[in-house]
Amino acid sequence: MIKLLAYLVLIFALILVFQLIRIYQLSAELKGNHVGKANDKDNRSQGRVMIIFVLAFFASLIWLLFDAKGKMLPPAASDVGVTSDNVFMFNWVIIFIVFFATTFLLFYFPFRYKKQKDSKAFFYPHNDKLELIWTVVPSIALAVIVIYGLSLWSKMTGPPDPKAMVVQVYAKQFDFTARYAGADNVLGKSDYKLIDDGANNIMGMDSTDPNSWDDIIVRGELHIPVNTPILFKCNARDVMHGVFFPHFRDQINCVPGITTEIHFIPTITTDSMRMIQHDTAFDYILLCNRVCGSGHYNMSMKVVVDSPDEFKKWMAKQHPLFSHLYDMHHKQAVTTAMK
Amino acid sequence: METHAHTATHDMDHQAGHTHHHEHPKLSFIEKYVFSMDHKTISKQFLFTAMFMALVAAILSTLFRLQLGWPGHSFPVLHYFLGDRWAKGGVLDPNMYLGLVTIHGTIMVFFLLTGGLSGTFANLLIPLQVGARDMASPMLNMLSYWFFFIASLIMFISLYLETGPASAGWTIYPPLSALPQAIPGSGAGMTLWLVSISLFVVSSLLGGLNYIVTVLNLRTKGMKMTRLPLTIWALLITAVLGVLSFPVLFGAAILLIFDRSFGTSFYLSDIYIGGQALSQTGGSPILFEHLFWFLGHPEVYIVIMPAFGIISEIMSVNARKPIFGYRAMIGSMLAIAFLAFIVWGHHMFVSGMNPFLGSVFVFTTLLIAIPSAIKAFNYITTLWKGNIHFNPQMLFVIGAVSTFISGGLTGIILADSALDVAVHGTYFVVAHFHIVMGLSAVLAMFGGVYHWFPKMFGRFMNKKLGYWHFWLTFVCAYGVFLPMHFIGLAGVPRRYFNNDLYPAFDKLQHLNVIISVFAIVGVLSQVIFFVNFFYSMFKGPKSEQNPWNSNTLEWTTPIVPEHGNWPGELPVVHRWAYDYSKPGKDVDFIPQTVPMEEGEMDEGEHV
Repeated sequence: MIKLLAYLVLIFALILVFQLIRIYQLSAELKGNHVGKANDKDNRSQGRVMIIFVLAFFASLIWLLFDAKGKMLPPAASDVGVTSDNVFMFNWVIIFIVFFATTFLLFYFPFRYKKQKDSKAFFYPHNDKLELIWTVVPSIALAVIVIYGLSLWSKMTGPPDPKAMVVQVYAKQFDFTARYAGADNVLGKSDYKLIDDGANNIMGMDSTDPNSWDDIIVRGELHIPVNTPILFKCNARDVMHGVFFPHFRDQINCVPGITTEIHFIPTITTDSMRMIQHDTAFDYILLCNRVCGSGHYNMSMKVVVDSPDEFKKWMAKQHPLFSHLYDMHHKQAVTTAMK
Repeated sequence: METHAHTATHDMDHQAGHTHHHEHPKLSFIEKYVFSMDHKTISKQFLFTAMFMALVAAILSTLFRLQLGWPGHSFPVLHYFLGDRWAKGGVLDPNMYLGLVTIHGTIMVFFLLTGGLSGTFANLLIPLQVGARDMASPMLNMLSYWFFFIASLIMFISLYLETGPASAGWTIYPPLSALPQAIPGSGAGMTLWLVSISLFVVSSLLGGLNYIVTVLNLRTKGMKMTRLPLTIWALLITAVLGVLSFPVLFGAAILLIFDRSFGTSFYLSDIYIGGQALSQTGGSPILFEHLFWFLGHPEVYIVIMPAFGIISEIMSVNARKPIFGYRAMIGSMLAIAFLAFIVWGHHMFVSGMNPFLGSVFVFTTLLIAIPSAIKAFNYITTLWKGNIHFNPQMLFVIGAVSTFISGGLTGIILADSALDVAVHGTYFVVAHFHIVMGLSAVLAMFGGVYHWFPKMFGRFMNKKLGYWHFWLTFVCAYGVFLPMHFIGLAGVPRRYFNNDLYPAFDKLQHLNVIISVFAIVGVLSQVIFFVNFFYSMFKGPKSEQNPWNSNTLEWTTPIVPEHGNWPGELPVVHRWAYDYSKPGKDVDFIPQTVPMEEGEMDEGEHV
């Protein structure tokens, strides 16, 4: 009943609106005004609104910039991230100059050159010199942007430090698992057909590959040592996922069937960042950034950047999944050596 | 005025010599309004269908904005639209959230800004502005609309499925889109999505081929390519882009259908899901990304190019000035169209493709900024020293240029692979593409509707309502997408149902509230447009022969043209379309049908 009433009210409201437009239209026509075409009065008022708008637009942008203080990401915490922030700033300067200049003119000209009594337009179909200028100047600016950007890109995606610590990030619906390569710094083979969640073999590690015996699986928290090159090897079990480290300014997709890589050197420990941010609860985070299902928004892993000592202590507490194989092999090796 | 009157007589004399042999048999209601082959009727059909679809997509966006602004809150309106199945107690379900986002994107990109924009204006303007009686193949044109209609219908129906609509995002990356085990929307919802889009591609190809042939072959006497209005150039280039790129999407969809239904592994490899290892191996999801973006990137130019055309035409008419740099405008559109095919990889910087390939795409992508900058500067120069008439459509196209500049500039960041990896997939991207592609195209489309309404329906729209509609829409649009950049720069990923997992994101919740309020007000202010549109269609003041004092041919037809457009002979063209405020003339416009005077320069011809 209430629904029906609501619909009725809506219909009457529409009829009312239509009648109001009709009355407005009739009275305008009586006064000799055109309902569809702008007259000088409209040009004046709309021209003014243009100026009011552009000023309000700039003001709100500046308000947003002030408001954002302290709410954006903290300073970059990786080697590539620091350069990334610099390139960002360089681009922002260019962007803001062009934005303010062109946007202002775009709204100022209509205000300045609005049609008034007896006003005329200036016939100005082209000017090759002018057009050449605004082809060449942006080209130069963009060339600089490209070169600056690509120099960082080649550093980011170039070959990793050969001594980089290898960490696998394994993504599945809806969590991340890390695997450390252990003492040999080589990840053992794995095969998706060997996955056995019951036996905690989440990523299908192959126990016949000796390289896997010292591999350590960690869930919940991803620990990395500060000032150490880290090479992340990323895999996905079911659908695509994204490895996104906002604080380190780096990101790559996890794709079923292939291994993708990113590498960087974390430069600020979690503790130091807490001091910088004056926030004892601060933590780095790894987020899933490729839509992967209903739990996508809950898929993340806490990242802890340790000092080398802390990292060693933490690592000592972890045990390889195949530690029994590792121990067996170790004992055998010792016995053989004794013989 | 004298010159104009002179042409009119000249034309009549010209026509009097020939008998009118285009007698049409009386058409039945069905032939005239339903299965019509008249390009003007088909144009209106596209417009109405697109308006309906846009309304649906806009409502979907307000529904998920409610969740994002006030996460976990109960809203009766959510329950009203989604029921117990998807919004129990008025709280949105996370699966449906992804469904809403996906269908919102799909409808807006394909059904409003591709089918709706090109379908409406290519159909209306190509024959009228090149001086043709209809499209080259009216039959294919009619089929193009009906394929579009069926595609729209299927997409709409998919919202009502038990398992929900497609939910893998509008880019439908497999394996998520291929495996119903991964997300319920990849069941029947995804099937309907693929069927709908496949039909959409058919519609787009039938339409596009027709547009190209019509522009190339059916131009009236004197209508050289260099005298075409920029609207036609834009629509022609758009059609070429569509014809070359949509088949690739079709291929990508077919392969996905095979993976989903016939056990092939084009995109699938080494997957363990739902407690079992799938047998598919050797495929690559990155292949899909390449195929998808090979359409997907030209697609954004398919969306923006008609907007360029509409902006150029409306801006020139309402500034009473020739468009600045006509040749440069054509050249830059051709350059953009060419480059559009070699930049798709900038959507894939984080996909894991070869980083060197990435750097090539950085280079080509930033190259596109050059023709884009030329266009923006030329528009601003067109306004300089103009005689600007603030008709509603002029406001809309100025707004469209503004959004094109704002959104284009943030594109510089995203084109730079090293910076893209810091903000890829965040709200920064969402803000960027909504502004540069969505808003620019939507604002231009609105402008086009206001401008050509008198041609479509023989009546004017109400300007006061137009002003309110523009300012509310424009302010709300920026109100939504300007703060969104900041959320993205803070690292918040898109397609998150809520941001609970990282406490630092809470600091931005006030921006999410602001965005949601603007989004809802913005959608509600479209009521003004709908009221104005439907009222004016029936009761608006009657149009005149040439209401905006334009030069182009569509205003030389009768006010409401019949099938065949010109009752007598086709008009003959003598000059380019932009002789506004030419020095030494009494009137500030000279229609294309007016012959050149002795010693007069045709500005379209300059070297």
